[in-house]
Amino acid sequence: MDFLSYLVSGISLGSIYALIALGYTMVYGIAKMLNFAHGDIIMVGGYVIFTMCTTWGLPTPAGIIGAIIICTVLGVVIERVAYKPLRKATSLAVLITAIGVSYFLQNAALLIFGSGTKSFTSVVTIPAIHLFDGALVISGETIVTIIVSVIIMIVLSLFINKTKPGRAMLAVSEDRGAAQLMGVNVNGTITLTFAIGSALAAIAGALLCSAYPALSSTTGAMPGIKAFVAAVFGGIGSIPGAMIGGILLGVIENLSKGYISTQLSDTIVFCVLIIVLLVKPTGLFGKKIDEKV
Amino acid sequence: MKMKKVIAALLALTMVALCFAACGSNSDTTGSTSNGEVTLKIGGSGPLTGDYAQYGNGVKNGAQLAVDEINAAGGVNGIKLEFKLEDDEGSQEKAVNAYNVLKDWGMKLSIGTVTSDACIAFQGEASRDNMFVLTPSATAVEAISGDNAFRVCFSDPNQGVASADYIADNNVAKKVAVIYDSSNSYSSGIYEKFNAEAKVKGLEVVTAQSFTSDNNEDFSAQLQAVKSSGAELVFLPIYYSEAALILKQAQNAALDVKYFGCDGLDGILTMANFDKSLAEGVMLLTPFAANATDEYTVNFVKKYSEKYGTDTMNQFAADAYDAIYIIKAAIEKAGITADMSASDICDAMKTAMTQITVDGVTGTGIHWTADGEPSKAPKAVVIKAGAYQAL
Repeated sequence: MDFLSYLVSGISLGSIYALIALGYTMVYGIAKMLNFAHGDIIMVGGYVIFTMCTTWGLPTPAGIIGAIIICTVLGVVIERVAYKPLRKATSLAVLITAIGVSYFLQNAALLIFGSGTKSFTSVVTIPAIHLFDGALVISGETIVTIIVSVIIMIVLSLFINKTKPGRAMLAVSEDRGAAQLMGVNVNGTITLTFAIGSALAAIAGALLCSAYPALSSTTGAMPGIKAFVAAVFGGIGSIPGAMIGGILLGVIENLSKGYISTQLSDTIVFCVLIIVLLVKPTGLFGKKIDEKV
Repeated sequence: MKMKKVIAALLALTMVALCFAACGSNSDTTGSTSNGEVTLKIGGSGPLTGDYAQYGNGVKNGAQLAVDEINAAGGVNGIKLEFKLEDDEGSQEKAVNAYNVLKDWGMKLSIGTVTSDACIAFQGEASRDNMFVLTPSATAVEAISGDNAFRVCFSDPNQGVASADYIADNNVAKKVAVIYDSSNSYSSGIYEKFNAEAKVKGLEVVTAQSFTSDNNEDFSAQLQAVKSSGAELVFLPIYYSEAALILKQAQNAALDVKYFGCDGLDGILTMANFDKSLAEGVMLLTPFAANATDEYTVNFVKKYSEKYGTDTMNQFAADAYDAIYIIKAAIEKAGITADMSASDICDAMKTAMTQITVDGVTGTGIHWTADGEPSKAPKAVVIKAGAYQAL
């Protein structure tokens, strides 16, 4: 029964990592940059919901929709202001800029919302399921997180493979220059990618803060790093890879907490990552791209 | 081209001028302000921003309240006090920076830092300079390792031992689980002493689960282990922001146990939007309960809430308020004057601290040994209907 319990909470944690990793992996696949500010968009989403629902007393759906809208706009604005001018710069310059944006968002939140940790009211209202006479309890947050992640994964796959803007994304990720020659609006596609990634971050923020209801300016930082690891684990640039990588990471983390050591769980997670990368340097689902001559 | 050179020369001149200006202000640390009034500067550092900001702000307000009261009544031996708290976010590096900034400011006495890890670093510097330290709330043993350092609060061993004694003597539980932060010296310090004392008192520590500050959101694995261990009580020697998460996740996991914590849990009830029903029945050791009826507490609560509200009116504020009055008592005993050097003041204070007995908000008849530890009895409270109630 312990095993099932560790497994279920691992899948729940992993689903949140997966949602965040989707944002990382899409942006990397299409814009070829690591958006380290992604984790902090999650924190912004959390604060928007907290302000709208707890401070202003609006209903929960309004808060979630508000967070999605604000995060989407924020993602697009960050892309326009911070990353677009650097499209031709070295990838290192973009990386440093992303770290700068991350610090900017964290400190802006500190300034606006103050330093105290806020207790987040869960957006999930469905009750927990008690199985085997209460030996296994699955919380409402866990159920909703897993269902929402699966739905988003399916919708996103359909969007990318079946719609025109989605296929434009695929084209840009494969060869930006060729896509432009074929009439694809590359800048528009990159903006769309940031918009979708940030909207997913808002949803991840709602779920993360509901499951672990402590909201502070650094809430998104550690999950952001773990999700980045998940994206690399699954093969950065691959959408199913991000999903599987996220869930595997969550399960490995929780099982090692349960059976090996609560202190060493992070170490074990990163060791698994190193082993995977040694055996398969592109990650689980990463495609090996041959340099064309 | 010529313009550029002129600007460069001007900039260089400005920098040189600034250097001299900085030197000028540094030399003005003799302890008397420009209008001729004699003052004694007391400095300290604490987390005014970051995860533990509630503690730092409590200390800042509590100490300032006491300083204002003393100055309004004419100062200590005619000397006015001046107080400044730098922000260290609870980090060691920033505490050392804060110490140097305060020395430049002209600090003659210090209340050290608010949190344990920062205080270990701060006190290391202060010990080298022979600067007097009286920390209101740093509980780690090493936080007052030098002979220049004293504290107002209980030490970690004291809290760990007192917690185990309380649980055993009052038959609160027989099977105890512990969840602690292994990356934090406050938390692991209490845990070690608790564990040792629990054995002596015949308590069974059925499981000890740890976490680190990088992995302090998901406690489901730790709580599952607690659930499987059959513990009746969970001992939480941790800070309130993590405890709030544990209480919420324990409710999700339908874990039905009692909780017992130390002074780190103080502040949980004033956390923004915290569901107070989660903390119902949680027991904790704290030297300060705002609804106590002794004259010191009543007076402190009235003045503090008038001036700063009740948001940060916690044990840390009370400790800091007492710290300033303890410093006052020691200054009077030692006959400190404002023109003495920090090192001379420290030597005189060291002797005076072991001779005084002080009554305050956080205890009565508090006196000190030369190693800096106070002797006072910890008090236990229980949270009932969202407020502390004495046990």
